[in-house]
Amino acid sequence: MKLPVKMTINGQQYSHEVEPRLLLVHYIRESVGLTGTHVGCDTSQCGACTILMNGQAVKSCTLFAVQADGASMTTIEGLAKNGDLHPIQQGFWEKHGLQCGFCTPGMIMQAHQLLERYPKPTEEIIRHQLEGNLCRCTGYHNIVKAIQWAADHMATK
Amino acid sequence: MATVSQERLFGKSIKRREDPRFITGRGQYVDDVKLPGTTYAAFVRSPHAHAKLKAVNTTKAKGVPGVVAVYTGQDVKVGALPCGWMLPDIKVPPRPVLAQGKVRYVGEPVAIVIADSAYTAKDGAEAVQVEYEPLRGVANPQKAYDKGAPQLFDDIPQNRSFYWTIGDKAAVETAFRSAAKVVSLSFVNQRLIPNAIEPRACLASVSPATGDLTLWVTSQNPHVHRLLMAAFVLGIPETKMRVIAPDVGGGFGSKIFVYNEEVAVSWAAKALGRPVKWTAERRESFLNDAHGRDHVTEAEMAFDRDGKILGLRVRTHANLGAYLSTFAPLIPSYLYGPLLSGTYKIPAIFCEVWGMLTNTAPVDAYRGAGRPEATYLLERLVDRSAHELRVDPAELRRKNLIPAFTGGQVYQTPVAFAYDSGNYEPTLTRGLELARYTEVRKEQEQARQQGRYIGVGVSTYIEACGPAPSAVAGSLGAGAGLWESGQVRVHPTGAVTVFTGSHSHGQGHETTFAQLVADDLGIPMEHVEIVHGDTALIPFGMGTYGSRSACVGGSAIVKCLEKIKDKGRKIAAHLLEAGEQDLLFEAGKWSVKGSPDKVKDWGEVALMAYLAHNIPQGMEPGLEATSFFDPPNFTFPFGTHVAVVEVDPESGQVKLLRYVAVDDVGRVINPMIVDGMVHGGIAQGVGQALWEHGVYSDDGQLLSATMMDYALPKADQLPSYQTERTVTPSPVNPLGVKGAGETGTIAATPTVANAVIDALAPFGVTHIDLPLTAEAIWKAVKAAKK
Repeated sequence: MKLPVKMTINGQQYSHEVEPRLLLVHYIRESVGLTGTHVGCDTSQCGACTILMNGQAVKSCTLFAVQADGASMTTIEGLAKNGDLHPIQQGFWEKHGLQCGFCTPGMIMQAHQLLERYPKPTEEIIRHQLEGNLCRCTGYHNIVKAIQWAADHMATK
Repeated sequence: MATVSQERLFGKSIKRREDPRFITGRGQYVDDVKLPGTTYAAFVRSPHAHAKLKAVNTTKAKGVPGVVAVYTGQDVKVGALPCGWMLPDIKVPPRPVLAQGKVRYVGEPVAIVIADSAYTAKDGAEAVQVEYEPLRGVANPQKAYDKGAPQLFDDIPQNRSFYWTIGDKAAVETAFRSAAKVVSLSFVNQRLIPNAIEPRACLASVSPATGDLTLWVTSQNPHVHRLLMAAFVLGIPETKMRVIAPDVGGGFGSKIFVYNEEVAVSWAAKALGRPVKWTAERRESFLNDAHGRDHVTEAEMAFDRDGKILGLRVRTHANLGAYLSTFAPLIPSYLYGPLLSGTYKIPAIFCEVWGMLTNTAPVDAYRGAGRPEATYLLERLVDRSAHELRVDPAELRRKNLIPAFTGGQVYQTPVAFAYDSGNYEPTLTRGLELARYTEVRKEQEQARQQGRYIGVGVSTYIEACGPAPSAVAGSLGAGAGLWESGQVRVHPTGAVTVFTGSHSHGQGHETTFAQLVADDLGIPMEHVEIVHGDTALIPFGMGTYGSRSACVGGSAIVKCLEKIKDKGRKIAAHLLEAGEQDLLFEAGKWSVKGSPDKVKDWGEVALMAYLAHNIPQGMEPGLEATSFFDPPNFTFPFGTHVAVVEVDPESGQVKLLRYVAVDDVGRVINPMIVDGMVHGGIAQGVGQALWEHGVYSDDGQLLSATMMDYALPKADQLPSYQTERTVTPSPVNPLGVKGAGETGTIAATPTVANAVIDALAPFGVTHIDLPLTAEAIWKAVKAAKK
């Protein structure tokens, strides 16, 4: 049995017929074909699947595609505008906030939410807000620096 | 065309070239690769730790709409998964791709279901009916040796795969007999589960035209995967298989090995004539990725009256799991025993290791691989000894450090390894200075008066990396050489492509190797391209693990550059009508000494190599070189780490207040990248110290099989780290580099463990086994108070 879903992702409309059990992350990766959002676990711990749904950071592995019907989503692919990197993306590059890159899209999307809520976050706030995003490569040290860089550069805009 | 680059790139923190694709979601990991007509695989896995496999009924599964095929051990007739390291008298159990006759660990693959979608494949897997006759299982490596313990294999009595020793037993007995003090410690180095954030995955596709197999796989060493799979398992010519390891999301050792899944998937792709894809769910990663560590050890250290170490005696039961993974025997033997001198002068060492098979997932290299086990042993024992001898732990270390040796001298340990270069004391002094050791001790005293418990932990370390001299490796049991390949191809326009046998799964080789080449040739970095991860493009390479890429892979590239510059010089001399010996090469230009206006630049020489209109008589056109670098020795990075913690004895909670690392990794190509390696390593080491534990029940059920149960370090549990370096170049490779990737993991575990136990000293706590969880700490305090 399949159900119709319609949603906007990075400003573009998509509509498909999907199984009710299809996870949103698999819808994005397979049906829509945007593979920047990653699957890293099966218990909602790792955050590699983090996207923005109706402006809120959500773990797309913990939603069904049908639950996102009618929603407006931003994935990592939608962050850069006209080829210009978002300051958060730039910050990760400047401060070596990634090594293997697999957790990075989720980290960046979560950082987006974090900086909306806390435009001038302390290190403690950043670390607490990243509690739902796991990285096995960086030890988090440079991820914190990347987000601080982004905060500084977004504040001056 | 090529403009000159005056600025030195070697040693600069250049932003990574890899990053643009990763920060915009355009990386291409195996699961991102899409081929038309792909089918999807799911595995049926044993829920039992030990059982007879009576029957596998696939009828119902085959009837599930969308299921294309179901195969079992009866169908997939291929060679056993090989073990690539043989120790003397080792017993190697046959390791089937899909279980046959018996299952020996929870998660062992029993059947593969192929369907037109991943979800349907799982439906199919649930419909496979397997009949098991459960048997008793054993998970502990010491208990597996007991008479009466369950036997995994009929022809491997007492489950002992090998017994291995190193050192001088008689010398150790003498040392202990003359000792003024002997300190003993029994302890565990707990099982860890690597958990790279990208789960393992593979996609196999057979060309209908040629029958050639292309396998995309999350591998740290694509050529090794190809050789082992083609020659030893699938039985196809190496020339008819291509392995591509594209972007890989972390490895830490777990993606070195040849696993059941990629073999089954490749076999199925050939059988079906359609591409087959498999991506692990995280629970499968827990069950079937190679695990790390898992030693049970008794160790004793003998001291003379002045606190100098006289000898070290070690007995270790090493858990290998139910089968021998690809490099399993190496980890608790040659990557462990030979490191037992550490940074200390220890005249006599004897180490015995029992390599034990149990009903648990196979164990193999995990970041550090044997060296964390050796370092933890030494550093806990030294700390214990400091406590019993009533001396300051930092001073006991200082007293026993090997004095500096550099400039080509080696230090021969009593356990086979000869260290390449070392100057340990400055890292200890600087580490203590950065950590403000004396002040922290005062703070500790004051805090105790207030009922607060601060602890400071110190750990020196040394490790062997950049494996390895091939002849030595071969004599010790390696089934392969451990050199590395490099190929540098200069194009007619002067642009350069470098093919490396190393593989980056986070290490940043696309940046550091380009820096290296651009710096050496004096050409812009933008004109240098690094290619890795594809067996069709790159000469045979051994891959990336053991912190070997700069030392061994980088050195192979340097050898190529020497050959290319040599040929370039000959062409330039010919064009300038000068003698080769009269030319200078600098910043991408050859010029005649004394006549700086007589110049040929890189672009002109490269183009002429390919035009061949005017090159020396008898010289072949073209400008490229291939080299294979076989290191004459391991490299031995070293250092001192210091941690300051606060422990709440009521709740057992540990707060990591500060972490200082002073490391010596020889010369450094890109400091930012090396710092990143140290940060990541520290986090994994702290994880082992405080939180992580792959827990099996006594009879072999994996209890920590999800990220809810296995506590990976999170951002809010770790501080920022303070890192510094000393530089003692390595004499064993042209770059002077030592490895850096594993140092943090090796040092951090004992550093933090020592800090926590130091904090609890007022309670009479003298040791707590890893991991030092809140529960473990609370229990230890309660027990000590009694």
